[in-house]
Amino acid sequence: MKIVDTLVTSSAQQTTVSGIGRFRADFPILDIKVDDKPLVYLDNAASSQMPQAVINCLVRYQKTQHANIHRAVHYLSNLATQEYEAARCKLQNFIGAHEDREVIFTSGTTDSINLVMHGYGRKFIQSGDEIILSELEHHSNIVPWQMLAEERGAHIRVAPINDAGELLVEEYEKLFNSRTRFVALSHVSNALGSINPIKRMIAIAHQHDVPVLIDGAQAAPHLKIDVQDLDCDFYAFSAHKMCGPTGVGILYGKAHLLESMQPFKGGGDMIVSVSFEKTTYNEIPYKFEAGTPPIAAAIGFGAAIDYLEQIGLDAIADYEHELLLYASEQIRVIPGVKIIGDCPDKVAVISFVIDGIHPHDVGTLLNQEGIAVRTGHHCAQPIMQRFNVAATSRASFSFYNTKKEIDALVAGIRSVQKVFAQ
Amino acid sequence: MSLKSIYQEVILDHNRKPRNYGSLDHPTHHATGHNPLCGDRIDLDVNMLDGRIEEIVFQGESCAICKASSSMMTSAVKGKSRQEAEALIQEFRDMLVSRENKDFDHLGRLKVLAGVRDLPTRVKCAILPWHTLHAAMNSTGDATTEADGHLNKPVANNY
Repeated sequence: MKIVDTLVTSSAQQTTVSGIGRFRADFPILDIKVDDKPLVYLDNAASSQMPQAVINCLVRYQKTQHANIHRAVHYLSNLATQEYEAARCKLQNFIGAHEDREVIFTSGTTDSINLVMHGYGRKFIQSGDEIILSELEHHSNIVPWQMLAEERGAHIRVAPINDAGELLVEEYEKLFNSRTRFVALSHVSNALGSINPIKRMIAIAHQHDVPVLIDGAQAAPHLKIDVQDLDCDFYAFSAHKMCGPTGVGILYGKAHLLESMQPFKGGGDMIVSVSFEKTTYNEIPYKFEAGTPPIAAAIGFGAAIDYLEQIGLDAIADYEHELLLYASEQIRVIPGVKIIGDCPDKVAVISFVIDGIHPHDVGTLLNQEGIAVRTGHHCAQPIMQRFNVAATSRASFSFYNTKKEIDALVAGIRSVQKVFAQ
Repeated sequence: MSLKSIYQEVILDHNRKPRNYGSLDHPTHHATGHNPLCGDRIDLDVNMLDGRIEEIVFQGESCAICKASSSMMTSAVKGKSRQEAEALIQEFRDMLVSRENKDFDHLGRLKVLAGVRDLPTRVKCAILPWHTLHAAMNSTGDATTEADGHLNKPVANNY
């Protein structure tokens, strides 16, 4: 009990120092109870929670601003269009894109990757060509490329990782040859949290004139992204992992590449003119936004960006790193517990296994203490195979988590072990 | 049913010391069961003689709920006819997914698994061995919890 008190005090001091602790109060859902236990939400890599500012924005939009965009001439349609395009500009500034037309609203990261697979891949990738992925990819950055490879007779090459979960850049470099046509890499591994050295990897690809897509779903909520500095050709992420609503994400693409691509979906708003003989496609970004987009969600995404920028991505990264170190130090020393992917350059994600206890039992028992973690293969089965485990438990932290919650997780892990030691 | 009661002694005991664990050299029937949600995988070997389950063993990688359910199932169906086993499969499944308030006292010790009802994401773990037995007896080779559309409804499958 005494130890816990000390930890709580040090946590309070730390949050005051970093000044981030006060933002927790912005998240109404964090006050709920799970069977009379306070919710300890550590499944942020799956989906983060929404602050009141974003909830207010969605309510305000639905109550006073909603209509379809880019179509009618009336007041509400103009207003909704302005708000939607303003959200696009917020995203543009957030990632340092050169122009707002390089930001395409999609339904999320998976949709963005599929857009590039159809729009770029199906146009430019031929039989015998090669696509490079890494061993750390989420299924959403594997399966679309396999579908393309199968359709075209192309081949997938995979960059390996080491036992700490770090990509082996020298091995990656060796995969390039005259048939390499595309590279798709995650910025941050969803299953392990490893931050990949993508700037270096993009530069290597560009030496071979190969474009690179970055899956930034796990990076954008935690790290400052500058697409011009990275020089990536495509960058994709989702709103719901960064305090925004579900159902919306973006694809950033260099303008000349987006212009060279074929549309992914046909429909309204993506055309200039349509007749039964010929359709002329609209300019980017509209060429890729067929049909009525998730207008409310996109505007809510803009509000989430405003919210995160008010805190500051650098401050978020610093505080979350502090949480990662605090949690890693405690979990690493519990006998019978092993962290999978324990490398120094990580976002605040800890994937772990407990000797003799299946992760789903761990998840069910932690839930009994009000603690939400993800258990399973995290849609990244190749990594599970790499580490020879069927599944792991994953705790993923956000800037609104506290050291006290990490203490609850550590106590929870020990009590799971106690149940199974009976 | 409180969550605590899921991991009661009998389940933990079957997890620690599973009954009928192993494989048969020349089983007359075999099936592999997968639960992609958990990564559970079990192999079931059965020797049927004159329409009766003479020998039944399982092995595999699975969570405690699945392992205990496998262990208890193999004990429960050994010696039963195919029809009796199929009836038990149906009743066990009903116990976990039926919305009706039926009495399952006749299932005896298997009733300890009834608590899983309240954990929709774990129902598949408990049912997997039973699906696998059905597949083995019908020689369909393998079973997956995903093929049971009914099971997918209450489950928040977060893929």
